[in-house]
Amino acid sequence: MTTNAFQRIYTQLEAITKATVSLRATGVSNDELAIVDGRLSQVVKINGNLVTLQVFVGTEGIPTNAEVTFLGEPPALNVSDDLAGRFFNAYGEPIDDGPAIEGERRFIGGPSVNPFKRKQPSQLIPTGIAGIDLNNTLVSGQKIPFFADPNQPYNQVMAQVALRADVDKIILGGMGLSNDDYLYFRDMFESAGALNKIISFVNTTEQPPVERLLIPDMALAAAEYFAVDKNEKVLVLLTDMTLYADALCIVSNRMDQIPSKDSMPGSLYSDLAKIYEKAVQLPDGGSITIIAVTTLNDGDITHAIPDNTGYITEGQLYLRMDTDTGKVIVDPFRSLSRLKQLVIGKQTREDHNQVMNTAVRLYADASNAKTKLENGFDLSDYDLRCLDYAKEYSTRLLAIDVNISIDEMLDTAWELFGKYFSKVETGIREDLVEKYWKDKE
Amino acid sequence: MKSTGIVTGIISNLVTVEVNGPVAQNEICYIDLAGTKLMAEVIKISGKNAFVQVYESTRGLRQGNKVEFMGHMLEATLGPGLLSSSFDGLQNNLETMEGIFLKRGEYTKPLDHDRIWHFTPTAKPGDKVFAADWLGEVMEGWLHHKIMVPFSFDGEFTIKSIVPEGDYKIDDTIALLTDSDGEEHKVTMVQKWPVKIAIGGYIEKPRPFRIMETGVRCMDTLNPIAEGGTGFIPGPFGCGKTVLQHAIARQGDAEVIVMAACGERANEVVEIFTDFPKLIDPHTGRKLIERTTIVCNTSNMPVAAREASVYTAMTICEYYRAMGMKVLLLADSTSRWAQALREMSNRMEELPGADAFPVDLTAIIANFYARAGIVKLRNGETGSVTFIGTVSPAGGNLKEPVTEATTKAARCFYALSQARADMKRYPAVDPIDSYSKYLEYPEIIEFLSGHVSKDWVDKVNRAKNIIRRGKEVADQINILGDDGVPMSYHEIYWKSELIDFAILQQDAFDSIDALTPMDRQEYMLTLVLDICDMKFEFDNFEECGNFYKELINILRQMNYSEFKSEQFNRYLEQLNNKVKK
Repeated sequence: MTTNAFQRIYTQLEAITKATVSLRATGVSNDELAIVDGRLSQVVKINGNLVTLQVFVGTEGIPTNAEVTFLGEPPALNVSDDLAGRFFNAYGEPIDDGPAIEGERRFIGGPSVNPFKRKQPSQLIPTGIAGIDLNNTLVSGQKIPFFADPNQPYNQVMAQVALRADVDKIILGGMGLSNDDYLYFRDMFESAGALNKIISFVNTTEQPPVERLLIPDMALAAAEYFAVDKNEKVLVLLTDMTLYADALCIVSNRMDQIPSKDSMPGSLYSDLAKIYEKAVQLPDGGSITIIAVTTLNDGDITHAIPDNTGYITEGQLYLRMDTDTGKVIVDPFRSLSRLKQLVIGKQTREDHNQVMNTAVRLYADASNAKTKLENGFDLSDYDLRCLDYAKEYSTRLLAIDVNISIDEMLDTAWELFGKYFSKVETGIREDLVEKYWKDKE
Repeated sequence: MKSTGIVTGIISNLVTVEVNGPVAQNEICYIDLAGTKLMAEVIKISGKNAFVQVYESTRGLRQGNKVEFMGHMLEATLGPGLLSSSFDGLQNNLETMEGIFLKRGEYTKPLDHDRIWHFTPTAKPGDKVFAADWLGEVMEGWLHHKIMVPFSFDGEFTIKSIVPEGDYKIDDTIALLTDSDGEEHKVTMVQKWPVKIAIGGYIEKPRPFRIMETGVRCMDTLNPIAEGGTGFIPGPFGCGKTVLQHAIARQGDAEVIVMAACGERANEVVEIFTDFPKLIDPHTGRKLIERTTIVCNTSNMPVAAREASVYTAMTICEYYRAMGMKVLLLADSTSRWAQALREMSNRMEELPGADAFPVDLTAIIANFYARAGIVKLRNGETGSVTFIGTVSPAGGNLKEPVTEATTKAARCFYALSQARADMKRYPAVDPIDSYSKYLEYPEIIEFLSGHVSKDWVDKVNRAKNIIRRGKEVADQINILGDDGVPMSYHEIYWKSELIDFAILQQDAFDSIDALTPMDRQEYMLTLVLDICDMKFEFDNFEECGNFYKELINILRQMNYSEFKSEQFNRYLEQLNNKVKK
């Protein structure tokens, strides 16, 4: 950050809280950046000539006579093709020892796309994971989070999805990433030889939480550059949005705002929507797809963060440990991709819809059988077959370590139907059964 | 002279302005930010300071920026060309905006001022007229769009002159009226009206006396909404709120439909933009877009304009109602509007009510719902605005302020249940919790006996009772086990399942099942209730379950077949054979 030679320097703070400082200043514009005692901060409130600044790294040790200079503009990112392959902090500064990016300076958190100019999402994004491709197909321009408990390998799954997805650019927005996870992402991208199409904006747990608030806007400003200016297909990964919301909560609390549900700020819905709604299918072929992670507190989806997220995103993917097989699976019951109907059977094989529904229904029968078993009731022959089917369905299709094409997924499902069930029991439309049925070998 | 002022304070989109002259509550003003004019509305005045909510991002705004007050409230522009258009919450035309992104301070005109309309006068010089009286009409596509005496005209006027039939633009003067003082007033084909004030000009607003068909069985059969009535659909995410609302938008028996997408997903609006120009209105055979106007302020658009969007949509509805039209307003979702109110109330540091919502939330919602209704116009015609809103309760919990406030205001309640959605029983409207107060209206009961069948409401109540009993015994069976309850319990349970599968559940994606006209609903309910009245003998509960499962399968096949087609009759015969045995 540079300062102009003729900039006025203020040296008298009137108030200091844990996250904000206030001082008397004139000619200050809303949202603009300032340097307080060498730390980057942003104008959040103007009342007459009393200006309140949010100090991103926190106010520890700031004296009342600290030097304050205003930079005259909101947070911005230099955009150019050179962004590719680079790692940045929350302010868009390189953290990989590379040179600073030369390019057009763009303010982050820019305006929304005119809904009338959007196109309906229509391109399938294959990931190789059957729990996603088969049951909850992703579509470009979609926004969807993983709902996961903190101990689940959501970052690993997301990295896999990103590397397998057929996209032009992958942009990682890491908020409160543990240093280990940050290194994991870096090594994973490097070893896949995909570094040249990946851009990362990272705030780790070692860095102050309020800084995280800039990460999604930075990542999406870069995404808009590639999607709008270059007509590229961009995939944005945001992890972990719960930590982002927690940072929002800290700031609103410090500014004496009245909290609403779960002590979250009343504007949580709008704050999250502003980020997720950047997902878009553009008329000229570019698109922004957002896959996010929302960690849950003990699986509680009624908490304000997952609840508001669910109202905004187009579905959600649940990760669950399947105790019968010891595999982490994508839960077929609670997961949902709202846009899957736009591609299923259109860009995939005709039997996709029926196979998907039948496989899940039989899996539900298996879980009923399991309840019966647990309650000490006798199991019928059908129940037993369902249980065997469920195990194989879980390992061969639902598990997140599966990596096959969608046609292979469908063929596997037909193979399982043939192995455990009769044609009638599957209840699939007759013409499809005739074409695809596989008898037990 | 217009008042002006300067910006003295900014917190997010709440701006304090020091004013140098008179200023009105809810007055519109423009803040000049280096040549870009940002629209804002006064929401509180204290001494010299006016607090304004800005309908745009306030980034870069500074103390000392100039403000100009406009002397009027937020207004909707009303005239021919509203139909089939797409507006944002402030009625900017989204189609005529340039560029991919919404530019701050770019405002487009709602109507095309250069378009030529063929005007036919229906009133003549010398006629005495009042506000909202019809002077003539133009054809807006298929719709006879009435040109009315502006709603703001107070008292009796005499038509001095009116233009002959011919082609005019909306700004052309089409009539001259003289008021009681002899002063002349020009009337064009376009008028403005403040969105927060209900449009009057009708003689009376009677109680609703007929129902509005939606083609959705769990609504029309069990809990019908009245024409001019109000209803709301609360439900957690993923329960099918939007699918249900889109189904109503596609099939609702209304002449004009206004969809207010308020603070929801942009891709859902894109679906309407993409599908409605292609889909056919089942009542008229015209394209759906020909009867639809979209007002959208999606979740990422400026928050303050969300509130404006529902009012703008309602004002457009009332305008068409004054032409004697049957109008349906769908708003998705009113919770987002309430949240926008909460954000502003919070910034103004008002004392909060429950969940930090403003304390007058209930009053605001009640006021808005009260604008719906069927009205008798001065010329004897009737027009109506039926309003159905969705509510997105936090955490799916219906005991939250927005749902509770809406319960007090709306007469129909369609509760979407997570449990039904989990079982894939769509539409997931809970048959026990949901209600329609209109079923208690003598006028509606009379209408239904006249138009559907004589003892229709009795039948509906009987069906509801079977469902309620079914729910009770299902709980018993779950506790005591299949073997632990008498045979009659299983029968009660399966009879309720019969109604659930054949009547309540409906496939919104099947071309035939999606839309069930009232005569077909009457036929099916009677058929199912007749079966429910029959006595069957079973040896064990498995036999009972299997018997009813087969009936359910046949009834569902009937739902998928063209009404009274050969196929339909074949299934009917199968059904009859099955129950006779």
